[in-house]
Amino acid sequence: MPEPKDTGSGGIGVYVCHCGTNIAGTVDVNALTEYAATLPGVTVARNYKYACSTPGQELIKRDIHELNLTRVVVAACSPCLHEKTFRNVTSEGGLNPYYFHMVNLREHDSWVHTDKKAATEKGKDLIRAAVRRVRLHRPLERKRVSIDPNVLIVGGGIAGIHAALTLANAGKHVYLVERDATIGGHMAMFDKTFPTLDCAACILTPKMTAVKSHPNITLWTLSEVTQVDGYVGNYKITVKRKPRYVLEDACVGCMECIDACVYKQAKVPDEFNMYLGKRKPIYIPFPQAVPQVVVIDRESCIEFKSGKCKKTCVEVCADRKAIDFQQQEKTETIDVGTIILATGFFTFNATRIPYYGYGTYPNVYTGLEVERLVNAAGPTSGEIILRDNRKPKAVGIVHCVGSRDENTNRYCSRVCCMYSLKLAHLIKEKTDAEVFNFYIDMRTPGKGFEEFYNRVAEEGTHFIRGRVADIYPDPAGDGHLLMCAEDTLMGTVRKIPVDMVVLSTGLEPQPDAQEVRRRFHLSCSGEGFFLERHPKLAPVSTFTDGIFLAGCCQGPKDIPDTVAQAGAAAAEALALIDIGYIEQEPYTAQVLEEVCSGCKTCIPLCPYQAISFVEEKKKAEINEVLCKGCGTCVASCPSGSIQQNLFEDEEIFEEVEGLLAYA
Amino acid sequence: MPDAMPNSSHAVPPRVEPQTFEPRIVAFFCNWCTYLAADLAGTSRMKYSPNVRVVRVMCSGRVDPQFVLDAFAHGADGVLIGGCHPGDCHYQEGNYKALRRYRLLKRMLRQMGIEEDRIRLEWISASEAERFRWVMNDMVEHVRVLGPLRLQPDEEVFAEEEVAV
Repeated sequence: MPEPKDTGSGGIGVYVCHCGTNIAGTVDVNALTEYAATLPGVTVARNYKYACSTPGQELIKRDIHELNLTRVVVAACSPCLHEKTFRNVTSEGGLNPYYFHMVNLREHDSWVHTDKKAATEKGKDLIRAAVRRVRLHRPLERKRVSIDPNVLIVGGGIAGIHAALTLANAGKHVYLVERDATIGGHMAMFDKTFPTLDCAACILTPKMTAVKSHPNITLWTLSEVTQVDGYVGNYKITVKRKPRYVLEDACVGCMECIDACVYKQAKVPDEFNMYLGKRKPIYIPFPQAVPQVVVIDRESCIEFKSGKCKKTCVEVCADRKAIDFQQQEKTETIDVGTIILATGFFTFNATRIPYYGYGTYPNVYTGLEVERLVNAAGPTSGEIILRDNRKPKAVGIVHCVGSRDENTNRYCSRVCCMYSLKLAHLIKEKTDAEVFNFYIDMRTPGKGFEEFYNRVAEEGTHFIRGRVADIYPDPAGDGHLLMCAEDTLMGTVRKIPVDMVVLSTGLEPQPDAQEVRRRFHLSCSGEGFFLERHPKLAPVSTFTDGIFLAGCCQGPKDIPDTVAQAGAAAAEALALIDIGYIEQEPYTAQVLEEVCSGCKTCIPLCPYQAISFVEEKKKAEINEVLCKGCGTCVASCPSGSIQQNLFEDEEIFEEVEGLLAYA
Repeated sequence: MPDAMPNSSHAVPPRVEPQTFEPRIVAFFCNWCTYLAADLAGTSRMKYSPNVRVVRVMCSGRVDPQFVLDAFAHGADGVLIGGCHPGDCHYQEGNYKALRRYRLLKRMLRQMGIEEDRIRLEWISASEAERFRWVMNDMVEHVRVLGPLRLQPDEEVFAEEEVAV
């Protein structure tokens, strides 16, 4: 039972924050303060330049002591920003932290209105409502939830790998779940990394092997999270593990089966090489794949298609008995306390811009395809050979394909300028071709980036400032493609004949990002990347406690930023694990037994099955641990017998009436 | 019953010309989507009509139809409920409950003679600040056209009873 509430004959302190000029510039803070002082129950009303500063906080604490305040109202920024701060102040002043209410005078008032008078009137209404409501507040206590030390990381790209290793090195157990047959993600497909031209594989593969051999990491490839239950500290995760048709424990990675496959020639387009090369139905995605275990592609394997294969792979595997055509999909459930999402990005589909001719003209490539072409382990062993078997003498690189474009994506994908420069350098180095970079603006912010740009320019790459308007075969018929663009520095239209076009495609959210975010109860920003809790101050946290973001699933970023973010996400998870518990807001609901009629209306409404019916008493009962405080049952109760802490009916009625009680 | 409560806000507001009429709108926003969209509109310094006063609830499913009636009874000219898009509810499905109640409530308000445009349910996600701004302005303009809500005496009695409960 909640304690009887203080009807509050007085003792309310109201503090109006100027927030420098953020609030005081639009709202008359003096008028607000004078008005607040006249409200019933208000003992003191003051305004202060920065209420959240140490002197501002001290002022409130001193008033609580000296004036025997019983309630505190602070009219400042959004409660999402400083509600916690001022609850702590209230608590340090000696009151229950929930004897406090915050008025959003900045985000909801001063920043969105220009009419000073109207904004001040709105401020008065909001303060009056808060004063009337806060009188009814009851003392509440936060409940503690213990944190399971195990961590789930979704996505085995560089973000997931780095976060997994950081946590595992700290002694925490990590489940790393990857959808593909190998970890490594996009980074494993790159040849070199800008601006240092480190070989991507050289810096990535040691980390990949470390993941496999780390005793604290359970690596599940070909696996997907299908269900997320529970709450921070106590998530129950269901993982679907697809069959590989090769037993991971039995396979030694000798790859004899690949040679022995009845397909003498590789015939299946190879996903890892962007379909530029071929692989067999039994294959390993790339030489450094982790785990070093072959995988069978059900779609192309003759045994799966006809059931009549000689199964030479099984023969050669012999006693190791690693190949198992009967392997079935498995479902595993694991308990974890925290989750890091590192699900990465999807490269823009260049066929969406038809006038660039991708998919129509064979010698138009995407950036990622060229990464594979220039890679020594790629389909051409690192030689740049075009689809028509020529070597290019002139290459055009188009920046901002699917970025900074009203018709596709408005945002800048951040990495394309730099990877275009990198590809220009690599192409020039390998072929000595003339390279033309068509750019809108050259965006090279980052350590060593501008220097790299200068270096590539000095190497003789041509830079043309202008968006390419059209790409078409040269009517002269010599196999060239003409790239047509307005050179905005020269002020003329230029048509440049090239042998090869590289489209620097932008980064997009994964096609199933929406499903994934719903599964994990997250929000997305407008363009579809996962939304962080605060763009500056909580960049890896989400609005769901215990779930963190790393890498490009949150927005386009390069490898250094991705790794930094992955480290930050791991640190956030560690912070929760190390203290061992999290304090949760006490917004739960409870049934007032003497009023409950036992109608059971509320029971099916609870999404968490927190409400049960006690047969002996014929009353509903809410399990406080399961209740997450949405308040749906409260709104549904016909007898008004369910109360939600801090959102009691009477508190909201008072707030509504306070808002409207204008003179 | 204005006589019984001389300073009460239940007094029927005087007729005002539409040009000078500033509607009073009470909004109930869920903590996870629409309230955050409002915050984002603030940090983006978007400008919109200053006629809406926001009450924060954890979920649009918490919005008891009585809150809406209470707001109308106490002088609101319009009520706006904001929640997460279908499928996006932070509490899985509270917004569906809100939608169900909203539909019933609308029918009830119609019977009470309260115009449909005075009540509105909108799904606005945390990133949709621009849409939020548009909804705020649009709602204010719709209610401005309707003019002040003039509850007839019967409804005033209802308001009194409702408060007494």
